[in-house]
Amino acid sequence: MQMTLTINGKAHGVEAPAATLLVEVLRDQLGLTGTHIGCDTSQCGACNVLVDGQAVKACTMLAAQAQGAAITTIEGLGSPQALHPMQAAFREAHGLQCGFCTPGMVIAGLEIVRKHGTQLTPELVAHELEGNLCRCTGYVNIIKAIVAGAAAMETVGETANA
Amino acid sequence: MHDFALHRPRSLSEATAQFTSGGEAAYLAGGHTLIPAMKSRLRMPDALVDLSGLGLAGIARDADRLWIGAMTRHADVAAGAAAIPALACLAAGIGDAQVRNRGTLGGSVANNDPAADYPAAVLALDAVIETDRATHAADDFFQGMFATALADGEIITRIGFAIPQAAAYAKFRHPASRYAIVGVFVARFAGESTDAWRVAVTGAGPGVFRWTDAEAALAAGRDGPAMPADDLNSDIHAGADYRAHLCGVMLKQAVANLA
Repeated sequence: MQMTLTINGKAHGVEAPAATLLVEVLRDQLGLTGTHIGCDTSQCGACNVLVDGQAVKACTMLAAQAQGAAITTIEGLGSPQALHPMQAAFREAHGLQCGFCTPGMVIAGLEIVRKHGTQLTPELVAHELEGNLCRCTGYVNIIKAIVAGAAAMETVGETANA
Repeated sequence: MHDFALHRPRSLSEATAQFTSGGEAAYLAGGHTLIPAMKSRLRMPDALVDLSGLGLAGIARDADRLWIGAMTRHADVAAGAAAIPALACLAAGIGDAQVRNRGTLGGSVANNDPAADYPAAVLALDAVIETDRATHAADDFFQGMFATALADGEIITRIGFAIPQAAAYAKFRHPASRYAIVGVFVARFAGESTDAWRVAVTGAGPGVFRWTDAEAALAAGRDGPAMPADDLNSDIHAGADYRAHLCGVMLKQAVANLA
């Protein structure tokens, strides 16, 4: 079927079977491979993207369901030269090791800011991260990164909706 | 995933017509049970009818009920059901944040997973389930594992939860899936009779059920009774005896947290 998806502020015409998942269109058709497929069973959050500002698992949403929505992937946040404050905080706090879960973690961080604002506690972040799995870090630095990234977003006046 | 025809109706009548237009069809609500089931080919419908364009989301209150549209997402119930704090709390404990941004009340209730959270609230809060063609009482709606009073093609439009004097939900959740190993929803309504208390148990048995012995005990001011293990589930996560024990523990937790 023919569909139009708005991704990182740009409209894309896509031809794909109705059964195509959002993450498949992002990665396989549009080359936006920053959105990862970890478990493919709605558990791990590596495929998190923002749909109208809300974090969702792109492996559990049909691409066709995303028509009419504004989708933001990790590629839409910052650039290598000018990282989004949440991305910069992950680098600063060493909030990653292999990096596979990281795009989903950054998106989850933005979801936490959207819901709870920029002043976060480690306990709240740990609780809110229950839909994201990391197999390297033990989460400690990820939580530090999200707390710091949220605070930095306030400083630079960045909104969670990217 | 097996391919299918996708319909995106703009009215209930269009949706039901598309549902019966040939082959096996399924309604798509939040998709957080259906899409995983289709990915693993447990479900292979010929057509999906997407219910997101029918205006079925929203929360409204009247004198004695809180009405929640079938397509209202768990996150929106968690944020917007302040009239029944126990219901908001239940919604906030479903799955994880991303799941709650997509999953819907109507989808969960229509699916009637024996370990789902919402059926316990629907039953304990004596809800009415409105559909495109009928109104169902909660006591008649749930009919065992994945079975409900819904006819083929019937669409839940909204659910009206009776507003209790106090209620609470306590769940012992599976740490990975976050479904209820056992969940107990306790609600107290006005009046002195045994009808004043309703207790619903999810996760423990083949489907949600009312725990009438516990209701009678609460009405009489006695401690909760022991749950017989005979008809409870036994699986790799928990045996029937353990689930029976958890019913008592979750009942105590819920009663201690009535609000």
